[in-house]
Amino acid sequence: MSEKDLSYELIPSTCAYCGTGCGVLLEVMDGRLSGVLPQKDHPVSKGALCLKGWSSHEFVYSPRRLDKPMIRKDGVPVECEWEEALKVVAEGLQKARNEHGPDAVGFFTSARCTNEENYLLQKFARAVIGTNNVDHCARL
Amino acid sequence: MTNSINELEDTHAILVIGSNTTEQHPIIGEKILSAVRKGAKLVVIDPRSIHLSDFADVYLRPRPGTEVAYLNGLAQVIISESLQDRDFIETRTEGFEELKKLLADYTPEKVQEISGIPADELVRAARIYAEAERASIVYCMGITQHSTGTDNVLSLANLALLTGNIGKPGTGVNPLRGQNNVQGACDMGGLPNVFTAYRKVDDEAVAADFESVWGVDNLSRKPGLTVTEMIEKAAEGELRALFIMGENPMLSDPDINHVSKALQKLNFLVVADIMENETMQYADVILPAASFAEKEGTITNTERRVQRIRRAIEPVGESKPDWEIICAIAAEIGAKGFDFNSPLEVFEEIRRVTASYAGITYERLGARGLQWPCPQEDHPGTPILHEKVFPIGKGKFTACEFREPAETTDEEYPLILTTGRLLFHYHTGTMTRNSPSLTKEIDKAFIEVNPIDAKALAISEGDMVRVASRRGSLEVEAKVTERVGKGVVFMPFHFAEAAANVLTNTAYDPVSKIPELKVCAVSISSLAV
Repeated sequence: MSEKDLSYELIPSTCAYCGTGCGVLLEVMDGRLSGVLPQKDHPVSKGALCLKGWSSHEFVYSPRRLDKPMIRKDGVPVECEWEEALKVVAEGLQKARNEHGPDAVGFFTSARCTNEENYLLQKFARAVIGTNNVDHCARL
Repeated sequence: MTNSINELEDTHAILVIGSNTTEQHPIIGEKILSAVRKGAKLVVIDPRSIHLSDFADVYLRPRPGTEVAYLNGLAQVIISESLQDRDFIETRTEGFEELKKLLADYTPEKVQEISGIPADELVRAARIYAEAERASIVYCMGITQHSTGTDNVLSLANLALLTGNIGKPGTGVNPLRGQNNVQGACDMGGLPNVFTAYRKVDDEAVAADFESVWGVDNLSRKPGLTVTEMIEKAAEGELRALFIMGENPMLSDPDINHVSKALQKLNFLVVADIMENETMQYADVILPAASFAEKEGTITNTERRVQRIRRAIEPVGESKPDWEIICAIAAEIGAKGFDFNSPLEVFEEIRRVTASYAGITYERLGARGLQWPCPQEDHPGTPILHEKVFPIGKGKFTACEFREPAETTDEEYPLILTTGRLLFHYHTGTMTRNSPSLTKEIDKAFIEVNPIDAKALAISEGDMVRVASRRGSLEVEAKVTERVGKGVVFMPFHFAEAAANVLTNTAYDPVSKIPELKVCAVSISSLAV
């Protein structure tokens, strides 16, 4: 492949939408996500995808994507560096816990995040903050 | 699901109840239609007629909130016509006599009075389910989002136990999970009362076990609060700080006006998400998260299949995967046990504390994934649960009496509102409403009104109407359609500009704590001039 050619890759993954878990191939053209294809050999979806699955690359570059951390200052969210945002989060959670007890802090984990991320957030709530106030929208 | 998705294609009868499968789980819906093409019988029970009801041998339209009554009715018919599986009941279950006693009152005629389902149709549905050699129950939020949700599920389980439709291919009690990782979020202990693999936080031995693995000595033995309870406690001023990862309660939770007041009362709110959403207006800190295409990890589907997601592109802008964000906050606090360099390393720790995942490795997941329980590395995974024995030994019949929903209609609010989702959209729309191919199909809210009600209220197709409940009101366009029965209206909840959850009721099931999003009382008036 010469430098003039666009690079093209298919990355096998799992659909981001419902709980069926269809197999997808993420099309990556020159480092950008350009489309989604079905996986023919997937044990559940067997080469099928619904409309949401086929178009699941479209929101990734939406202008509404968040691309910088923000902190509210004088009532308005202002962009900041990660370092500052993390510091404010750590202080805010610790302050609530120290002043009002661990059960004054709560965590919504997510049915759209990975197993690893859900595991880490409940571990953080339980082992670091000391509360079992952990739930997500399974009920909604 | 007790069983696996593909088994639906080869079963003999399917009972679909409270699941608009072709719209919310289109690939599973297609498998149900494929079974029908091969000769399987289909029973659909839903207050709103759906695509699948067009293909059903029997379609029953109950009044919303009467699930226990008509499920008891189905069981009553099965017993009175001696269609139950006597061997299965004898060897694998207990509590049959109590159930039989309770069911005596739920004759088809009585059930018709309560639910509006014609008695002879109920009998036909019961025969289809009980007479099939193998029959599968498929259900979704139409069963669970009720103040009697637990009783609804137990009543479904009664049907499977009565007919021996459990533990074999093509059978089972099969809830369809709405989001890509609801199953995994629950498996991982993203719940207030359990650690991973549903081990209880108030079990001393379990808590001590996690203390030793995590290297801490102060884990709380007190079960925590659910989402709905956290909102309540925030409103009361008891919950002071909230960290929200990838959720949007300002659109998804019942009684949004109340949610808004609760979130404003917090001292400190952090929201991590991929997209701008309605909840952020109250956040003190907003953290940009990487999307599914920008990170590694695993998710678990509705049939318990653990599968990989893979990083295809770099995180957009300065966004970071949520796992990195959590580890970075822990590092900032100086907490130990969060120095992970990759999701793989996190997964290795998950395996150590989660027996059902212990035999799963990233390597083994390959292109097919593995269905838990998978306790050892040479275990092939488990497509069908309860084949020989139930985790509690014998399967237990639970006799449940019918209770009316928390809110019933009256003169001021004479219609029942039921909420749901559309084919082209997903939950609060942060992904689908930013996808041009989907917004091109539909991008605005509506309310479905039966022609008889529309005529009485002088509402025509396309009119703007005001919809009000005891909690709030909104304006939305009317669709006049026989998809809903007389006295019932339907709204999708995806659309912030006419958010159905402004209207819905926070009353919840005492056990599952699921709010009654499928039934509340509303009034409608035309705004057309």
